[in-house]
Amino acid sequence: MEVNNNANQQPAYMEFEGFTQEESQELSKAGVLIGTLEQIKGWARSNSLWPLTFATACCGIEMMGTGAAHYDLDRFGIIFRASPRHADCIIIAGTITKKMAPILKRLYDQMPEPKWVVAMGSCATAGGPYVRAYSVVKGADQVIPVDVYIPGCPPSPPALIYGLNKLQEKIRLEAKGKKVR
Amino acid sequence: MGEIRTEEMLMNIGPQHPSTHGVLRVVVKVDGEIIKEADPVVGYLHRGTEKLAEDLQYTQIIPYTDRMDYLSSMVNNHAIVNAVERAMDLEVPERAEYLRIIVVELNRVMSHLVFLGTYLLDLGAMTPFLYAFADREQVVDFFNRLCGARLTYNYMRVGGVKWDTPDGWLDDVKKFVPYMRSQMGMFHELVTGNEIFLERVKGIGKFDAETALNYAMSGINLRSTGFNWDLRKNKPYSIYDRFDFNVIVGENGDCFDRYMCHMNEIMESLKIVEQALEQIPEGPVMGKVPKILRVPAGEYYSAIEGTRGELGVYIVSEGKDKPYRLKFRRPSFINLQLLPQQLKGQSMANLIAILGAVDIVLGEVDA
Ligand code: SF4
Repeated sequence: MEVNNNANQQPAYMEFEGFTQEESQELSKAGVLIGTLEQIKGWARSNSLWPLTFATACCGIEMMGTGAAHYDLDRFGIIFRASPRHADCIIIAGTITKKMAPILKRLYDQMPEPKWVVAMGSCATAGGPYVRAYSVVKGADQVIPVDVYIPGCPPSPPALIYGLNKLQEKIRLEAKGKKVR
Repeated sequence: MGEIRTEEMLMNIGPQHPSTHGVLRVVVKVDGEIIKEADPVVGYLHRGTEKLAEDLQYTQIIPYTDRMDYLSSMVNNHAIVNAVERAMDLEVPERAEYLRIIVVELNRVMSHLVFLGTYLLDLGAMTPFLYAFADREQVVDFFNRLCGARLTYNYMRVGGVKWDTPDGWLDDVKKFVPYMRSQMGMFHELVTGNEIFLERVKGIGKFDAETALNYAMSGINLRSTGFNWDLRKNKPYSIYDRFDFNVIVGENGDCFDRYMCHMNEIMESLKIVEQALEQIPEGPVMGKVPKILRVPAGEYYSAIEGTRGELGVYIVSEGKDKPYRLKFRRPSFINLQLLPQQLKGQSMANLIAILGAVDIVLGEVDA
C-alpha cells in the first residue's frame, strides 16, 4: 500500500495487493482504501514518529540542528519528545558510556510498544572514535536492539533524515508482514 | 491556622533531561518548590579522552579535542596546537594565524548562538531557538566549505592549518559579518526586552567576583560579575594583540548579565573577524615542522580563552612523540562547581534558568 508518484504526471494512486495497476488506479480514484488494519496502522505510525530526545554527545547537536528551522524534521511528522512515555522511537545520538548504559535500557523499557531504535553516529553504532576507551560501550546494540544504523561522525542532517525515512519504510513493510533486517 | 506540614522529597533531574544540555544529573532535595540541597552527578559522558591521548601522537589527538567541547571544536583545536607549538617553539605562518583567528571567532559566534537558542528553549520560548539555529547553519556552512565537516572540524595542525580557504570563502564571510550584526538587533528585539524573560533571569543565580575567583571560574561566568579577565587581552596569545576589541563585563553576576555577555561577545567576535579579514596576508598556511612531533621532555601549561573560559592544556612529555600525560583544564567542569551553592533556596523553575546560564557542555565537563 504505497503511494506512487508516477513520473509521467499521473495522479498518485495506492498500489493494492492482488489488483492490477489499472484496477488500483480506478479504486484510488473512487476513494477506496483496501488494506489490513495493520497496514493502515503502520502507515499512520510511520508518518507520526515521535522520537525521544536522547542526545548524549556531539551527535545530539546535529540532531538538534536537523530538528531546527533549516532541515525541519516536522515535515516528516517527526516531533521530539522529552519523555519516554510519549515516544515511539529513540534516536541514540552520541556515545553510550558504561555509566549511561543502564539508563538507556531503563528508558527503552519505559517506552510503550511498538518502539523502534535509531543508532545515530559511529559511537552509537560501534563505539566510534572511543572504541578503545575503557569507559565506553561499543555500540548501543549491546544494550538494546537497534533498527537503523546511521554511520558518520557526526552524520550530517541529510543522513539522519535518510535514516529516519528508512525507518518509516521499515515500519510500513513490517506492517505488511514482511521481515526486514 | 496551623503550620502546613511538609516533607522533603528527593528528586532526580537527568541524565536524560532536555534542559541539562546533555547528560548531567542533578539530585535535588526539595521542600515543596524550594530546593534544600542539590548535588550534581557527572561522568555520564566520560570517554577517557585524556587516557586515550597518552597512546596517540600529537596530530592524532587533535580530532579528540574536537569532541570535547563539541560546540566550539575550532577553539579546542586551537588550544592543543597552541600548546604543542609553544612547547616546541614552532613558527606559524601569518596567514595561518589569521585563518585560525577567523575560524575561532566564528566558532565563538556559533557557540553563543546555540547558547541563545537552547537557553531560551529551556525557559520556554521556542522561536529564538529556530532563528538562532538558522543563523548558526550559515556558519556551519562556512566551516563545511573550509574543511568538509559540519561539527568536528579537525582543521588545525601543529604549525598551521590543514587547508587554505576555497575560492570566495573570505568574501562570503565578509558579507556574513554585517548580516549577523543586523540579526543581533533582531534577537535583542525578540528576546531581551521581553517582560517574562526578564522576570525569569534578572537577579537569579547571583554570585560575586570573589566567590567566582575562589571557585576558579573563568570566562563569561567570571566576567558577568564585573571582573575584567579575558586571556585574549590579559595574556595575548596567537595574534590577539593586533586587534581592537573590548572585553565584555557584566555588573551583577546574575543570569541576565550572563545572557547579555553572550550577546555582546558575539558582537566583539564579529569585530575581530572583520579586522582579521582586512589584515589577512597571502602566503603559505603550513609552516615548517618536523615529520614526527617530539615535545622536549618537561612539563608545559598553556591556556587560551575558550568559549566557556580558560581552556588549558597541560602536557607532561618524556621527549617522545606521544605525551606521557595530557590534562585539559576544562572550563565547563570548573564553572559547574558552584552549582550546589547557587541552587540552595531557589525554586525548581529557577534551577533550569541557573543551570542554563552557566553554559556547560557535557562533553567538556566529563571529557
Ligand atoms: S559519532 Fe562522533 S560526533 Fe557522534 S557522538 Fe560519537 S564522537 Fe561525537
